[in-house]
Amino acid sequence: MFAEIFFIASSLIAVIASLAMLVSRSPVQSALWLILVMLCVAGLYVTLSAEFIAVVQVLVYAGAIMVLFLFVIMLLNLGAVPVADRIDVKKGVGFVLFTVILGQLVYVTSTTSESLSSAVIDHPESGTAIKIAEELFTRYVLPFEIIGILLLVATVGAVILAKRTFE
Amino acid sequence: MGIPLTWYLTLSAVLFSIGVMGVLFRSNLIVILMSIELMLNAVNITLIAFAQFMGDVSGQILVFFVISVAAAEAAIGLAIVIAIFRNKLTVDVNNIKLFRH
Repeated sequence: MFAEIFFIASSLIAVIASLAMLVSRSPVQSALWLILVMLCVAGLYVTLSAEFIAVVQVLVYAGAIMVLFLFVIMLLNLGAVPVADRIDVKKGVGFVLFTVILGQLVYVTSTTSESLSSAVIDHPESGTAIKIAEELFTRYVLPFEIIGILLLVATVGAVILAKRTFE
Repeated sequence: MGIPLTWYLTLSAVLFSIGVMGVLFRSNLIVILMSIELMLNAVNITLIAFAQFMGDVSGQILVFFVISVAAAEAAIGLAIVIAIFRNKLTVDVNNIKLFRH
């Protein structure tokens, strides 16, 4: 019972915060709302007993990535958008696309709900750092190394892109 | 005890659609990048829910990799935003018309 209440509270806060991110005029406010979404998603991972991923979510997403976003917003000194964006054809197409994607996803979820079991089966063991590390350093050790190279390339590329001046 | 899998899938669908709407509606480059992060988060919820539903650790490892790639993507995307801002003095996508004649 407690898990359900926690799930509903977290998901409601996540949806409201993401909508607030969408409508807030100032980029700093958007970033702060997105941090709230990230924290709620970390709470949802805890209800799925994926504790390691929940901790990684808070550390990497809410910690590192969002701090990077806030740093860039403040570096560029971006203020709030003075007036609301006007409604044009692009926004109409966007809203239609939003409705279609949401309807499609919810339709697929609702029609396949009978074939899926009614409840998430809990595997409390499979979310711990030990289980993940066992798989990560045996079966998935090559992708792990490739991710390391990717992060190095991204770091070097980010420095070069930000330093370079385009004429 | 036990939250139905469909709740997680529905929540993920809603968050993903809000992310799509953010990409299509906002004209600020940084808010568009943040909406992409929101969409990645929505997909991660689905992956974790299915991984726990099937008792397989591989889904969680895929989420681990998605988070790593998201970090790299955020770094590169923000570097591109800085480069565009130094050049154009704006981050509004309506004013960035490199390929438009």
